[in-house]
Amino acid sequence: MTSVMEIYQLLPKTNCKECNESTCMAFAVALLSGSRQYTECPPLIKDDKYHNSRIKLEEILKPIQGAEETGLIVHEELCSGCGNCVVACPVNVANDPHGSGRGFGPTNEKVIFRVIDGKVKAANIEECRRFGKNRIMCNACIDPCPTEAIEFV
Amino acid sequence: MSDITTWICTGCALLCEDIQVYTTNGQIEKVEHACIMGKSRLTGCKHTAKPMIDHNDVTVDKAISQAANILKNAHNPVLYGWGNSTSQAQIAGIELARVLNAVIDSTSSFCQGITINEILQGQIPSCTLEEVREKADVILYWGADPMSSHPRHLSRYSYFPRGDMRQHGYEEDRKAIAIDVRQSRTAKICKDMFYRIPPGSDLEFMKALSDALDGKVPKLSFDMDIKRLLELATLLKKCEFGVIFAGLGLVYSIKEDIHILSGLISKLNELSDFSLIPMVGHFNMRGFNHNLFNETGYIHKVKFTDKGPVSGVEYSIIEQLKGNADAILVIGSDPLASLPGALSKRMEDIPLILIDPCENLTTRAADVTIPCIASGIEEGGTAYRMDGEIIELSPFIQSKGMSDEMIIQRIIKEIN
Ligand code: SF4
Ligand code: SF4
Ligand code: SF4
Repeated sequence: MTSVMEIYQLLPKTNCKECNESTCMAFAVALLSGSRQYTECPPLIKDDKYHNSRIKLEEILKPIQGAEETGLIVHEELCSGCGNCVVACPVNVANDPHGSGRGFGPTNEKVIFRVIDGKVKAANIEECRRFGKNRIMCNACIDPCPTEAIEFV
Repeated sequence: MSDITTWICTGCALLCEDIQVYTTNGQIEKVEHACIMGKSRLTGCKHTAKPMIDHNDVTVDKAISQAANILKNAHNPVLYGWGNSTSQAQIAGIELARVLNAVIDSTSSFCQGITINEILQGQIPSCTLEEVREKADVILYWGADPMSSHPRHLSRYSYFPRGDMRQHGYEEDRKAIAIDVRQSRTAKICKDMFYRIPPGSDLEFMKALSDALDGKVPKLSFDMDIKRLLELATLLKKCEFGVIFAGLGLVYSIKEDIHILSGLISKLNELSDFSLIPMVGHFNMRGFNHNLFNETGYIHKVKFTDKGPVSGVEYSIIEQLKGNADAILVIGSDPLASLPGALSKRMEDIPLILIDPCENLTTRAADVTIPCIASGIEEGGTAYRMDGEIIELSPFIQSKGMSDEMIIQRIIKEIN
C-alpha cells in the first residue's frame, strides 16, 4: 500500500502553494485520500523534469482511485473460515457490536466480512478504513489471519 | 419450501451455537458462520456406511443381531470410541458395558483424560468459555493449536472478541501466549509471545516457570533467553484472569506427572486468578468422561465386574488391545487411522463391530458394520462442550435411520 512519504517524494517539494495547499506534504495527504488529483499540481504538469515523477505517480495512485472495487482480495483456497477477520475488523465491530464484535457470526448486512459455506466473503468494501477521506493504514483483518488469505492490492 | 435454522455445530467440541443453515425442501443451500470443519461436518460422509456382515450387504436387523451375538460370546469385550456420540448414546453404552461385564474406554485414556480427571476431582480450577470471553486478559495456549483444531476458538471466545471487561479489543486488552515445539498457526498470531521449546521439555519449562514465579533464577537446559521467561512470569503474576488452554502437545509430554501442572496452577492462583480448559477434540469427547464418572466414579479405563465397576491402566484401550480383548465394538471413531500399526493389526485379528454414519478406514477391517444417523444433525440429545458446559443439540434433518443410541438399546435387548 502506498504511503504518504512515497507520494511526497515524487512532488516538487518546493511548497509553492500553487495547488492551494499550504505545503507539498499537505497535497500528498490529499492525493493519498483521493480527494485531489496529481494533475492539480501546476509545476508537476508544466515542467518536463517531472516527467518520470508523473509516470510514477500515475502508477501508484491508480489503485487508490479504483480501490473501492478492486482493493481487497480473499484467497478462498487459504481461508479456514476461522472468523478472526470477521471479529477483528473495526467496521464489523462498529456496525455489529453485539454480533461480530462479541465473537458471533454477523447479525446484520452492514458488515464487511462474513463466513459463508466455510469461507470468508467480503461486502460493503466502501466502508473499509483504507478508503475514503479519512483513510488509515488499517491491518486489522490481515494481521489476525492465520493463513494470509486476505490481501490488498 | 425455504427455511433458516439455527444449528449447533458438532464439528468440534466448541459446539458453536450461532450457525445459520439455509434449506430448500430439506436440501442444504447455504451455511453461515460455520468454519470449514463445521461446514464439512454438515456436508456429511464421502461414502455412507452400509449394514454389512463380513463385507456382505445385510439388513440392519441382521447386523444388529450378529453384533449382539459376538459381544455375548466374547469373554472380554471392549467398547471403544464415544467422542462423536450424544450423552444419551454414551449412557446407553455404559449400560451395555454393565450388561456384558465389558471394558469401556475412549481416546481420553491416552489424551485429555488426565486433565479432565484433575478438573472433576477439584484439583485444577476451570471456567467456562463465556468467562474467558468476558474476563480473560492472559490466554496461554500450551501445546495447543486451536487455529488448526478448533478454527473459531480465538474468534469466538479466547482472543479476538470484545468482552464485558475487555471492551477495547484484543490488542489492548488481551495477551495471547503460545508455548509449543513448533510455530503453529496459533503461535504465529501470538507473535513475540511465542515460546518455542524442544519436544518433551514441557515439564522442564514448567519447573523453570515455577521457579521464576517464586523469584528464583530459573534454569533451562535448552536455548532460551532467561529474560523472556522472567517476562512471562511477570505477565502471569500481574494478570487479572488467566486461562491455560491445554493441548495434546502438553498432555502427551507430561504423561503421568499431572501433579506438576496442578502445582503450577495452584501457584498461579496464589498470585492471581487462573483456570485451565482442556482442548477437547470431538464434539462430545468430554461428555464420555463426565457420564462415565457420574455412573461409576471413574472417567475412563473402566471394567464392569460382578462386584461393580473397576478402573485401572490395564483397562485402557491400548493395554486391552495388547492383551485380553477378544471382541471390540467401535463407535463413532476411526481407530485404524489413529492408533499405532501394531494395535490396529490386533484389532483386525479379533471380531470388530463398527457403528458409524460413514465409511472410514476401520470399515475395511470390520466384521460387522452398522450405519447410524449423524448425531446433532439427524438426531438430538446433549453434549459437553470442551469447558464442560452441557449443550442441547439441534438436529434439523428428519431421517429414517437409527441413531447410535437406538442401535445400542437394540443390542442390549437382544443380549438380554
Ligand atoms: S483494512 Fe481494516 S477496515 Fe478494511 S476490511 Fe480490513 S479490517 Fe476492515
Ligand atoms: S482470518 Fe483469514 S482464514 Fe480466518 S476467516 Fe478471515 S480470511 Fe479466512
Ligand atoms: S469451530 Fe468447531 S464448532 Fe465452531 S463452527 Fe468450527 S467446527 Fe463447528
